[in-house]
Amino acid sequence: MTAVTTPAGASPANPARTIVSWAQRSSWTIGLLGLLAILLVFTKVIQPSYGVAGIQGLGISILPLGFAAVAQAVAVIAGGIDLSIGSMMALTSVIAATLMDGQSAEYGLAVVVGVLILGLVLGAINGSLVVATRVPDIVVTLAMSFVWAGFALLVRAAPGGAASPWLMNLVIGPFGNPWVPKAAIVLLVVVAVIWIPIARSRMGLSLYAVGSNQLAAFRSGVPIGRTKVVSYALTGLFAAVAGLALTASTSIGTPVPGPYTLESVAAVVLGGVSLAGGRGGVFGPIVAVMVLQIIQNDMTFLSFDPNYALVAQGAILIGVLILGSVVESRRARR
Amino acid sequence: MTATATGLLLEATDVSKTYGAVVALKAASLAVRPGEVHALMGANGAGKSTLLKILTGAVHPDSGRIAVRGRERTVHSPAEARRGGLVSVYQEPSLIPDLDIRANLRLTDTPLEPFRHWLTQLGIENLDLSRMARRLPLATLRIVDLARALAIEPDVLMLDEMTAALPANLTQRVLEVVGSHRGGGRSIIFISHRLIEIASVCDRATVLREGETVGVVDVTPGSEERIIELMLGQIAGEMPAVAGRTAAHRATMTTPRLSVRGLAAGAKLQDASFELHPGEVLGVVALEGQGQDELFDILAGAQRPSSGELLVDGAAASFRHPADAIRAGLVYVAADRAEALLMQRSVRENIALPFTTRVRRWGLIDLRAEREMVDAAVSRLQIDARAGNEVRRLSGGNQQKVTIARWVAGGVRTMLCFDPTRGIDIRTKQQIYLLLRDLAEAGAAVLLYTSELKEVQLVCDRAIVIFGGRVVEEISGTDADEATLLRAAYHLRSDAAMPEAVAAEAVAAEAVAAEAVAAEAAALRAPDATPVPAAEAARPEPAEQETAS
Repeated sequence: MTAVTTPAGASPANPARTIVSWAQRSSWTIGLLGLLAILLVFTKVIQPSYGVAGIQGLGISILPLGFAAVAQAVAVIAGGIDLSIGSMMALTSVIAATLMDGQSAEYGLAVVVGVLILGLVLGAINGSLVVATRVPDIVVTLAMSFVWAGFALLVRAAPGGAASPWLMNLVIGPFGNPWVPKAAIVLLVVVAVIWIPIARSRMGLSLYAVGSNQLAAFRSGVPIGRTKVVSYALTGLFAAVAGLALTASTSIGTPVPGPYTLESVAAVVLGGVSLAGGRGGVFGPIVAVMVLQIIQNDMTFLSFDPNYALVAQGAILIGVLILGSVVESRRARR
Repeated sequence: MTATATGLLLEATDVSKTYGAVVALKAASLAVRPGEVHALMGANGAGKSTLLKILTGAVHPDSGRIAVRGRERTVHSPAEARRGGLVSVYQEPSLIPDLDIRANLRLTDTPLEPFRHWLTQLGIENLDLSRMARRLPLATLRIVDLARALAIEPDVLMLDEMTAALPANLTQRVLEVVGSHRGGGRSIIFISHRLIEIASVCDRATVLREGETVGVVDVTPGSEERIIELMLGQIAGEMPAVAGRTAAHRATMTTPRLSVRGLAAGAKLQDASFELHPGEVLGVVALEGQGQDELFDILAGAQRPSSGELLVDGAAASFRHPADAIRAGLVYVAADRAEALLMQRSVRENIALPFTTRVRRWGLIDLRAEREMVDAAVSRLQIDARAGNEVRRLSGGNQQKVTIARWVAGGVRTMLCFDPTRGIDIRTKQQIYLLLRDLAEAGAAVLLYTSELKEVQLVCDRAIVIFGGRVVEEISGTDADEATLLRAAYHLRSDAAMPEAVAAEAVAAEAVAAEAVAAEAAALRAPDATPVPAAEAARPEPAEQETAS
């Protein structure tokens, strides 16, 4: 306790210090970006023809899972988990593709708005059930995943419908420079526009507080139930965006949930969000989605048996997490 | 202490244990003879529980020797201690809630017949062994725990506050059973805050103070005074007094900030009444488990009272959520920092957290204004925030300052401090004392529960003493020396030894709870009956408040 004479650390915001502190907080995401760069170089080495087409393909293929990962991240940050993301994506995707089929652009826009609101409502229902029943999140959302998947099949028993052309144009193709996929811009802009204002508001702090220490949040006057409902509603909203992205990138609606729920959990964990809640952000999981996608591409290119590719993906996930916890415990000991 | 080592059943010599910088035990010694009931005494934090845990292998000592029947032993785990004949019954029942009683007994290889025998001796007959442990009331669970320990006939049985949660009739039975062990070959180590019980069943008492054994007393009529003296020791003068107090009679002129009338909750808080005025620091002194936890939880809005009245600035108030209490200006500082802090979040977020209740929820946080407020609070409390990205990397003292800064940043009207200086270094303690005085001088009202009696005279204008869920005494700050406070806390009048009147009063306090248990006993005899709601309600369940919102 010799340091009482240097209180407060940086009263008039010291820029160098702010950057250092930001880098410390985001060290996991920065590390992932490094891993992503290494993987891109590796890809170029094994596949000299990898270029514009590869990047564009990567952009479009990460879009639905990117949004799904952000959706999962919001639920996990607030101390929950949502196993119905894949089903909510399927439901919103078929509804959008069915309603947009053969309609005008204006009508399609109204459908997009309606589907986003639907996502909020689906999520709010999930959250309200978690709060009201006090049944563990994992059970409630697993049960609701069957409900939402059932509704999706009721809307449309087989894949079909169509996306508004403008919606597809929004995500497919390059943005100015041929190296920049529109999909990546859409992903970052949508997430930033929705998430950054929330994260910077009292509600954002409440989400992290509830996920970090529910008792402390309660004692500080944070309404626990309301905050949880909001977190699930936001998860539903991002799941709806993911569903729209699915429709936009495949041009149809698919009623059967894809592998998105569990892949979103993997991306969230790899993206530095603690499953215990209260730690991490939404951009880490996005980078994690890119990393996972590139690994998959490379394995396909190296013509790995797809089953081995799955094994390898799981092993890499575990390996990175072990590395992370080793680094963390080293730091804690200091 | 002339007994040779071989004559003793259990002997612990110079046991020490430190946790980081905190010394839990310095040089604790304990010698238990065969066939005696031996009391282990000491103020809160003197090291009783640590010593008990070391004896049962739950905690490993840094140094010291433990010998059973003259043979030195190193006990590695509670299971090993159990095989060696050392069994402890802890304050919290150790039954698995989701197993029935029979399965719980099998888990510990408890023979059934002796268990039944002891259960009957302890006043519970016809317990249906197929009932889930979680369905039984706390008092019954504790008796089951005790009967289970007695059934395996341990050489040394250690009872930690065995009678604390029990109603009078069951307490009586427990004392009888404990007393029946006197003169046999087995011994009991008995921890209790109730001097009446010590006087009625114990042969000798070992007194701990600040982790050291300071004396062994033969329990005879009148030895309570000697025990209290030993627990106090020399009044230590290492802590410089805090600046003079002026609020004492200014307080009586104004409307009280807080009027508490007949507040009751659960089984522990019976009927608490007092007033807290602006500009004063009011101390609350109580032994563990006298209802002070419930009192503070109610005032902080984390629990609702079962009866009684609460007035804030003369107007009736009722809090459904801590946010209501915070709006009414009542803010809570917890002893357990893990209960108050977001350990993985930054100092800024931790200090800014409660503002969620004051400013509109959705608007962007004005980062500059917030940073100014946080920085002002950080420098006022002299927090070393260099490791500020994650609060868990701060020292304990700095963490506690963060929990206080959170409220100081927004301006304090009424601060409820529940043992705020527990386990922190002396320098931080002093800073906190000064801060509390400053807040009071500036017109705030401070309610300070402390387990460190020295603090009362240093910081408080006056103090109230809670015993058995009631405010039993009020002592002015100048008179509140440790000896007076400790006597008052044990509900022991300074001018008298242990008169029957005190015993009668203590029994009366328990009579209410006894009724509830009578109902439970009836429920036990009709095992198929649906669970009695009263029995459920009698069990304190703080976990409920955590999830309630």
